[in-house]
Amino acid sequence: MENKPLLEVKNAGIQFGGLKAVSNLNLVLNKGELVGLIGPNGAGKTTSFNLLTGVYVPTEGDILFNGERINGLQPFKVTRKGISRTFQNIRLFNELSVLDNVKVAYHSLAKHSIMSSVLRLPSHFKGEQEMEQKSIEFLKIFKLDIYKDELAKNLPYGQQRRLEIARALAAGPKLLLLDEPAAGMNPQETKDLMDLIAFIRNKFDLTILLIEHDMNLVMGVCERIYVLDHGQLLAEGSPEEIRNHPKVIEAYLGEEVHDVNA
Amino acid sequence: MEWIQQLINGISLGSIYALIALGYTMVYGIIKLINFAHGDVFMVGSFIGFYSITVFGLGFFPALIISMTACALFGVIIERIAYKRLRNATRIAALITAIGVSLLIEYGVIYIRGAQPEAYPDVFSNRSFEIFGAQISSQSILILSVSIVLMILLQFIVHKTKTGKAMRAVSHDTEAAKLMGINVDNTISATFAIGSALAGAAGVIFGVYYTKIDPLMGVIPGVKAFVAAVLGGIGIIPGAMVGGLVLGVVETIVSALGFSLWRDAAAFIILILILIFRPSGIFGKNTREKV
Amino acid sequence: MKKSKQFWPFMIAAVVVYAVVQLLISNGMMNQFYSNTLIFIAINIILAVSLHLVIGITGQFSIGHAGFLAVGAYISAILTMKLHLPFIVAILVGGIVAALAGLIVGIPSLRLKGDYLAIATLGFAEIIRIVFLNIDAVGGAAGMQVSHLTTWTYAFVCLVITLIVIVNFTNSRHGIASISVRENEIAADAMGINTTYYKVIAFAIGSFFAGVAGALYSHNFYIIQPSQFGFLKSFDILIFVVLGGLGSLSGAVLSAILLTVVSTYLQGYPETRMIIYSLVLILVMLYRPKGLMGTMEITDYFKLWRTPKGGGQHGK
Repeated sequence: MENKPLLEVKNAGIQFGGLKAVSNLNLVLNKGELVGLIGPNGAGKTTSFNLLTGVYVPTEGDILFNGERINGLQPFKVTRKGISRTFQNIRLFNELSVLDNVKVAYHSLAKHSIMSSVLRLPSHFKGEQEMEQKSIEFLKIFKLDIYKDELAKNLPYGQQRRLEIARALAAGPKLLLLDEPAAGMNPQETKDLMDLIAFIRNKFDLTILLIEHDMNLVMGVCERIYVLDHGQLLAEGSPEEIRNHPKVIEAYLGEEVHDVNA
Repeated sequence: MEWIQQLINGISLGSIYALIALGYTMVYGIIKLINFAHGDVFMVGSFIGFYSITVFGLGFFPALIISMTACALFGVIIERIAYKRLRNATRIAALITAIGVSLLIEYGVIYIRGAQPEAYPDVFSNRSFEIFGAQISSQSILILSVSIVLMILLQFIVHKTKTGKAMRAVSHDTEAAKLMGINVDNTISATFAIGSALAGAAGVIFGVYYTKIDPLMGVIPGVKAFVAAVLGGIGIIPGAMVGGLVLGVVETIVSALGFSLWRDAAAFIILILILIFRPSGIFGKNTREKV
Repeated sequence: MKKSKQFWPFMIAAVVVYAVVQLLISNGMMNQFYSNTLIFIAINIILAVSLHLVIGITGQFSIGHAGFLAVGAYISAILTMKLHLPFIVAILVGGIVAALAGLIVGIPSLRLKGDYLAIATLGFAEIIRIVFLNIDAVGGAAGMQVSHLTTWTYAFVCLVITLIVIVNFTNSRHGIASISVRENEIAADAMGINTTYYKVIAFAIGSFFAGVAGALYSHNFYIIQPSQFGFLKSFDILIFVVLGGLGSLSGAVLSAILLTVVSTYLQGYPETRMIIYSLVLILVMLYRPKGLMGTMEITDYFKLWRTPKGGGQHGK
């Protein structure tokens, strides 16, 4: 049982009109791994995430999660199966409080019906109280509880990223997809983020797939790395192997050399 | 042979829709705004034509040109006063403002001159020709030829002139156009001017053809023209022309089949079917939100 | 909890308002003009609050609310006038049929966004109007005679129920889910929210109460005609919601009260009324695009508690 991969992507791909955005994508993620997905701009990284989370339906291939086919499921169903994500451009619920942002993630775990809420039946109060307590506990883990009544849009940038990760985890995923979590961060914030990733990985028994441009971060935390270019897998291996892979160097040459050296 | 006649009627109606739809589609293409007030510019154009003919005793063509010029100016004023500030506002705020402008024009006109309708004067001796056994009025021919000339003129402006090129550039990518030294504000104003001039022309033609005009006459043709624009693919100029003609013909057929009270519903049913099954319209390309 | 803390003051205030007005009416101290205005205010608040759920909370830009008002008005009138059923049954059935109409309209069109959704709902409302125009049994364009059955009691009870249902819905996990759809549909989806479900539910609840308002509306006149339910009526309701502040329940309530009073006084000058309406609409959008109150509630100003969810308003 243990050796069955958590996520298996088999020859998945998607076409927009005549354009093949991603093709022949093959990924295997085992339980507990922290894997990076890198590639030059426009290589199809975010598109791959969108395939995994149901935002796009693959036009070819299969995506298996826990051995179950999930391609074609709507995003909210994929989330309920245990895959949640953050976004490249932060997508918080700006006009909701920090607490309510996390509550949204707990939504599908609560069971009280619309009728019970409208009539204010005991199940409503019980359910709401549970959601509230769990959400506050959760914010405490991320040291965000001091902001709990603040509107999400008023948080500083770094804290917004943190809240987005917290919210994704509140949905109770087995697999977490992080889309450029360090984008726009200074070195100190990036370092905090690396600590945070290490922390949540232990705390929540997670498998993580990470898109990142910051090579320091990728090489520093990932155990295995997939490299995408022009919608195709270019290479796969340990950080050391990737660093010295001729094709990878070629794909990045002239584009992000400074990142590799950094 | 009655069918040919109905078809001609449909095309005449459709070309009026098409002229109005062009303004909708050009404005939407360039600033992504459903300019609800566009139907009212059409109404104002119709009244300007009416007063030019009755009060100043002008002929059809001078009245047409005066109406087009005045409407062009009116369109630019609306854009400068109401819409310019909304460039970075939410789509909802922009749409509500447009609804507000529309109501303001309608009831402003009613306030100034009252709600009573006017009968458009006969500017042409209405002769009929017989083609394939169908009675074709000279007015139908007039409408068609004026519409066709205006549409050809528009194609020329959009594709051959500097303003037209700037319009296409701004609608494609406003920021990039700005960086290339295009005066975006003036280009948007030019778009409103051209679109409104076409609506003004449609207003005069409508008056001559249907003879009755009133301050709320722009509401239904305005919405129908929007349907035509969506049908053809909003933002696409040939789409608006084809959409207008298709809609005009469909409505005429629905009326001819004896369902004249359902005629207005037909347009909305087409709208909803298009929105649900092919929101990008006949000529549009599908776009999706970037995640 | 905070929700129940607000509930009893609200109920007490509601009972007091009701009793005072009812007393004034039955004593003959309030003439028909004023009592009628109060009934109108109640109906308009129901309309405003029901559309607030769709636009303000769930963020679905529907501008065809008059269509559901028409369904409620006509269905209830058929029930009382043709089938001689009690008014209370007519109100309920009017609401239910309007909710069904809401489902029929909402399920296909709520896949659309922004402008497109707005136009589709406008189109649907117009189709509903044209359908009634073409049914001879309800009098076509000439209209249908309806008995005057709406009283202050009916209007007020319906108003209180509407407020309770919508406030309770909003202040629950379902309300937060609906707001998350408004705030960022893609993120809501990614957080496990069935966005389609909440859009359709909000639309159906909104349509239900528009139908209830329709029943009160038609039985407050002696005749109903399809022309009463055109674009302009939809825009009237939209103005309540937009002016008050998209997302603010108390804003919608306040602007419904204010605008009903204004238009009652301008009844003799319909053009002036429309010019004022449209100028207000344009100026608010240009200078305060989030509406007069934004997403704030009146309670926020009193610092009772700070999250943007209202509940302390009543229909006076």
